[in-house]
Amino acid sequence: MNGPDVSWYLTLSSFLFAVGALGVLIRRNPLIVLLSLEIMLNSANLALIGFARHLGDTGGQIFALAVMAVAASEVVVGLGLVVALNRSRVPLDVDRLSTLRG
Amino acid sequence: MGNVLVWAVWVVAAIACLGSGIAVISFSNPFFSALALIGNLASLAVLYLLLAAEFVAAAQVLVYAGAVMVMFLFVIAYVGGRAEHAFESGPSWQALAAAVAAGVILVDVVIAIGLTTGGRLEDEADIDVVFGSPADVGEVFLTNHLLAFEITSIVLLVAAVGGVILGSERTRKRA
Repeated sequence: MNGPDVSWYLTLSSFLFAVGALGVLIRRNPLIVLLSLEIMLNSANLALIGFARHLGDTGGQIFALAVMAVAASEVVVGLGLVVALNRSRVPLDVDRLSTLRG
Repeated sequence: MGNVLVWAVWVVAAIACLGSGIAVISFSNPFFSALALIGNLASLAVLYLLLAAEFVAAAQVLVYAGAVMVMFLFVIAYVGGRAEHAFESGPSWQALAAAVAAGVILVDVVIAIGLTTGGRLEDEADIDVVFGSPADVGEVFLTNHLLAFEITSIVLLVAAVGGVILGSERTRKRA
């Protein structure tokens, strides 16, 4: 298979990471910040799997699966925080969440 | 001929991937952002298939596009996605600084990749047909990477317990 080699995947992955970073920095809604974090994690996964293919080593895919499990955990905790914030009538705006008092 | 097909699939998936990623961060309604992220995850699964990672692609669709995004959509429906203008909220210098920071990250990553790997990424390893199959991944997972497997299970358990504690009404009142 003479498709695009790993540098193409790395380029796409870095663009995707920058998009995710822009979303984290620019958006106020914590839900969309979490979605942008998912984009960044997935761009790292793409680089890992690209190198796994390039080097012919399954270890990169194992790492990507571990990253997926960590991302799922992060979503559970993040969404739990969002629900708890919503329940205590705190506005869902990351700029106005200036204290950590319960 | 297969070469052209692979390139065509790659280009379509890459454009879909970047386009839906930009859509995620530019929709004002979080519900639409979550739907766009599902498209992003699906196009990434196509790229994983091109990289001979069949099991990871299947897990991506099942775990991400299935479980995680359903949870996201439930929470957005519960919280009531309050629409917010994507690039108009707050002072404009913040948005400008964020765009500059993201551009700096991009240039930094590209330079780092180019300097460390420049010209040495041409020769791809030969793989056999079982590479990335469930049997292959499972065997490596349970032999060489057994510790990562066990740590993953502990991380998931801790996250599940933390999610229950964060979501329960009783602990919030006690605190």
